[in-house]
Amino acid sequence: MKISREDVTRVAELAHLELAEAEVESLQRELDSILTYMEKLGQLDTSKVEPLAQVLFEVPAEGQPSQEITLREDVPAACAVAGEMLAGAPDPSPPYFRVPKVIDR
Amino acid sequence: MSSAAPWTVQSVRAALEGRKISARELTTEFYARIENRNPGLNAFLTLCPKRAYAQADRLDATIARKETLPRLAGVPMGIKDVISTRGVRTTCGSRILENYIPPYDACAVERLERTGAILLGKTNCDEFAMGSSNENSAYGPVRNPIAPDRVPGGSSGGSAAAVAAGLAVAALGTDTGGSIRQPGALCGIPAMMPSYGRVSRYGLIAFASSLDRIGPFTNSVRDTAAVLAVIAGRDPNDSTSAAAPVPDYMAEIEKPVKDLRIGIPREYFAGGMDPAVRNKVETGIQLLKTLGCQLVELHMPHTDYAISTYYIIATAEASSNLARYDGVRYGLRVPGATLIDMYKKTRGRGFGAEVKRRIMLGTYALSAGYYDAYYLKAQKVRALIARDFREAFTRVDAIITPTSPVPAFRLGERTADPLQMYLADIYTVTGSLAGVPGISVPCGKTPEGLPVGLQILAPLFAEARVLQLAYSFEKAGGYAV
Repeated sequence: MKISREDVTRVAELAHLELAEAEVESLQRELDSILTYMEKLGQLDTSKVEPLAQVLFEVPAEGQPSQEITLREDVPAACAVAGEMLAGAPDPSPPYFRVPKVIDR
Repeated sequence: MSSAAPWTVQSVRAALEGRKISARELTTEFYARIENRNPGLNAFLTLCPKRAYAQADRLDATIARKETLPRLAGVPMGIKDVISTRGVRTTCGSRILENYIPPYDACAVERLERTGAILLGKTNCDEFAMGSSNENSAYGPVRNPIAPDRVPGGSSGGSAAAVAAGLAVAALGTDTGGSIRQPGALCGIPAMMPSYGRVSRYGLIAFASSLDRIGPFTNSVRDTAAVLAVIAGRDPNDSTSAAAPVPDYMAEIEKPVKDLRIGIPREYFAGGMDPAVRNKVETGIQLLKTLGCQLVELHMPHTDYAISTYYIIATAEASSNLARYDGVRYGLRVPGATLIDMYKKTRGRGFGAEVKRRIMLGTYALSAGYYDAYYLKAQKVRALIARDFREAFTRVDAIITPTSPVPAFRLGERTADPLQMYLADIYTVTGSLAGVPGISVPCGKTPEGLPVGLQILAPLFAEARVLQLAYSFEKAGGYAV
């Protein structure tokens, strides 16, 4: 097995996911089978390959101008939807979102 | 369903201009169809009649004033429920967003409505667009209108089923690894994934940001071109939306395809394909040859690594994008003793099994000690897959493959083994990783009467060529090969 039960609970902790006992078991089995299948990537020598995060950073396509990412000017603007966003929140306390107590003193 | 030919962008416009029907009557007609068939199909999750009739009345007023109608005037549309619609519930097929009402419209939605389209409602989909069968929706599966015991494909299954069943003239879907093209193939209608960056993702609720694309489902390639022409183009609200000019697709599709070089990658015709699908796709390719296309055999050596690469990159990005569902700002909150406890309980209860599986896989691939072996490795193999396409497109103008290795399968038939479900995306994830545009067009039916899809891929931003080939194929009778 590539994946232990501890791996599953450790990753669930990182992902902030509460899992039922049955879910831990099935995820261990399923992730193991998926990751075992993915081992085939190890067959490829990629030591001289640059990683590709996003295709628009690639060389331009046939007959096309360069597709540089263009960022707009960073101009502050009023957020017109704050009221609506807060109205849809689980526990709003305008202009804040209320959450359980984080700091004890 | 009526036996008449389906409504199209063109026929809707002609009927409105000729006063054969008003926009309000047309809207009523489509809501009647939905009322009649949606209980069986489950294609629509939320309807927005107020918004639809308001738009219809605006169009009818325009007609009464004898003014020119906008390009998509009166076209009744469905919008996949991962695309934001102001004031209209948008669930992403998830319990965690069961009551979420976006405060703004996605760019594509805004452009469609501004151009006269009538938004009927939101279409069902796999939860957060994760799935290939629409069985991962928290609101129940969609049924395939061609064969109701079978899936419509996924993740945009509701959009595909709605258009195929005549409950909408067009619909928007999203494609991250095949989620437009595959349901288009399984439901027997044209379905297009534009280039990455061609259509703004502003307002598209993110699954995998380097892969997600919005595109149309329609009943004809001419309509695909008409809808794409409206939603394509630079949007300052999406930094990855491309500034490349948008050609006149309606004119481009008329160009002849004679002498275009069509690549047939041999890796896509290896094992694992249903024999009936193979038969139809090979017949479809011969039809393109009779239209004067030159067939070129291709070798795309990294094809076999695409599923692994895709499922690492897509899940890694998803695990990051879905971190925002924590019970604080929107959607479900399950109370907990501490903040972290509230996060865990909210996410544990709010997400379905497939979403949890992908968050876990993505979190694992990004976690300390595994990042280089999985995520970085996958990004490097992605570069090799993109290179396969770049090299292929120095020799050919377009690439033809099957869309899906199998026709529509039965509900429940493939849910037991997630890996088997992932492997069914084999022909679509490659184009997703390479960023290129692609369409699935109907290419005959299996002896059981199930639709087969032919996939046409072209270089980045060469949507016009994809549409041109698809249109010629359609006109030459390709849908019934």
